[in-house]
Amino acid sequence: MPQVHVYVTLKPTLLDAQGRAVQDALHALGYPDVEDVRIGKFIVLSLRDESDVEQKVADMCNRLLANPVIEDYRFEVVK
Amino acid sequence: MKFGVVRFPGSNCDQDAYYVIRDVLRRPVDYIWHQESSVRGYDCIILPGGFSYGDYLRTGAIARFSPVMDAVIRHAQDGRPVLGICNGFQILCEAHLLPGALMRNIDRKFICKWVHIRVENARTPWTQAAREGQVLRIPIAHGEGRYVADDATLAELNAEGRVLFRYCDAEGTVDAAANPNGSMENIAGIANKNFNVLGMMPHPERASERILGSTHGRVIFESLLTALLRA
Repeated sequence: MPQVHVYVTLKPTLLDAQGRAVQDALHALGYPDVEDVRIGKFIVLSLRDESDVEQKVADMCNRLLANPVIEDYRFEVVK
Repeated sequence: MKFGVVRFPGSNCDQDAYYVIRDVLRRPVDYIWHQESSVRGYDCIILPGGFSYGDYLRTGAIARFSPVMDAVIRHAQDGRPVLGICNGFQILCEAHLLPGALMRNIDRKFICKWVHIRVENARTPWTQAAREGQVLRIPIAHGEGRYVADDATLAELNAEGRVLFRYCDAEGTVDAAANPNGSMENIAGIANKNFNVLGMMPHPERASERILGSTHGRVIFESLLTALLRA
């Protein structure tokens, strides 16, 4: 049963409001060296079928898992 | 002239929209459950505000694949009016009926307050009852209303007069101080190429009666009624 790890991240040019909040919190906790924080999504897919995994997951990412207007994605088939 | 207000699981401004159509505009209106596969018989479809599917994954991302959306997309492609308010705007972007996307507000807060928006183009079905440059006082209520698009999309929207509303101050000045959520170029509402699809973050249905503090939202509904009567 193939398992796929999908990573969805905001495009680097876009301001990550959530990341900024976490960065501020890390500074407040005494980690002033944190220069930037970007927060993304980690999605684990377990598929029943082994055929066309790469193509299928790319389709899923383009259609639903990521919004290509604001996000990039990459994925790896782990088993 | 019949209106349909789509209800997704998690919609919460559906009753406000329904009420304004029925009791303020006095036009026939139905709720349309998101599992419906047809929107036949309706002249205008409204996608209301709320938190469809709990905003899971991204705002509007899951609602966009509700069964009713195929019919809404066909309705829009036929040149018939679709109005997306707040979460409805987010859904229209996810459905690619409108370009760009709506991201978390720049200051990370959920913002619920009255704002001013300036009518940037009064020659559209949604704004023809307004004056160009007219300032409308309408509330916003959202956590993810920061409009973003790439430079080419922004240039196209501007060139084609498709930015219908921008956040401004009470005098109509569009600047950073009047931008509540960090939207690019203070954009509060945009239309598609044919101007039959409007998405906006402010809530005109919450500003259509004096007792609620403003009647400025009515200009959008009344513009549309005029357009529908003419069609």
